[in-house]
Amino acid sequence: MEFFLGLAMSDRVSSVATTAAPDPRAKSHWRNQRASAIAMLPLGFWFLYMLLNLPALDHATVTAWIADPLQAFLLLLFGLCALWHSAIGVQVVVEDYVGGRLHAPTARLLKLAHWAAAIAIAWSIWVIAVGSA
Amino acid sequence: MSSHDRPLSPHLQVYRLAFTTVLSGLHRISGLALSAASLLLVGWLVAAARGPVAYATVLRWLSSIPARLVLVAALGAFWYHLFNGLRHMAWDAGLGFEKAATRRSGLVVVGMTVLASILTLASAWNFFWAWP
Repeated sequence: MEFFLGLAMSDRVSSVATTAAPDPRAKSHWRNQRASAIAMLPLGFWFLYMLLNLPALDHATVTAWIADPLQAFLLLLFGLCALWHSAIGVQVVVEDYVGGRLHAPTARLLKLAHWAAAIAIAWSIWVIAVGSA
Repeated sequence: MSSHDRPLSPHLQVYRLAFTTVLSGLHRISGLALSAASLLLVGWLVAAARGPVAYATVLRWLSSIPARLVLVAALGAFWYHLFNGLRHMAWDAGLGFEKAATRRSGLVVVGMTVLASILTLASAWNFFWAWP
C-alpha cells in the first residue's frame, strides 16, 4: 500500500488542486457512475431473487431459465450494467491508488478485462437463449 | 480514461481511523469484491453456454466449501454496497451531511447489511449449503 501511495504522490500531487482545469470527461464519469448505480438497484434485487429461488442449479434448469426471452434480456441487462458500474468504480480506485508508470497499463488492462467479461456474458446468454454457437 | 493532474483523494496515513472512515473504505472493498465475484458469474454462464459437461465441472468447483464461503462473502458485500450506495445517493441529494447524521446513517447501513445477509442466508439455505 505504501508503495502504491508513494508512486501516486511522487509525480501527480504537487501541481494539482489549484491549477488544473477539470477533465471534461469527469462530469459524464460522475453521471455514469450514478446512472449505473440506479440501474443496479432493481437489477441487483431481481438477480439475487432469481438466483436464490432457482428450483435447482443443474444445467437443464439453469439453461431453461435463461432460454426464456424476458429472463435472458434481464440477465443481459444485469450483466452489462454490473460490469459498466464495476468498470467505473475500478477506474476510480486505480486513479487513487495506482500511480506513476503503473497507472496507464493497469487502467488499460482492467478496462479490457471488463470488456472481455461483458462480451463473454453476452455471448453465453445468446448461445443459451437463441441458438448454439 | 486515465486522469492526469487532478486531485487525488485519500492519503490514508494522515487520517485518524474513524467509524465513518472504515465504512468508506468498506464501500470500495465491497465494490472490488463484487467486481471479482462477477468473474464467477462469467465462468458460470460461459460453462452453461458450453454445455452440460463443462457446466458440471464448474458447478462442482463452485460447490466446494471455499467457493461457498466466497459466495457468502459476496452476499454480504452485495448488501453492504447496496445500502451504503443508497447512503451515497442521499449525500448526492445533499441530505445527511452533518457529522452526527453520517454516523447514524452508517450504523443503519451496518444494521441493514447484517439483517439482510442473515435473512437471505436463512431463506436461501439450500442455495448456499445444500446443493447439488
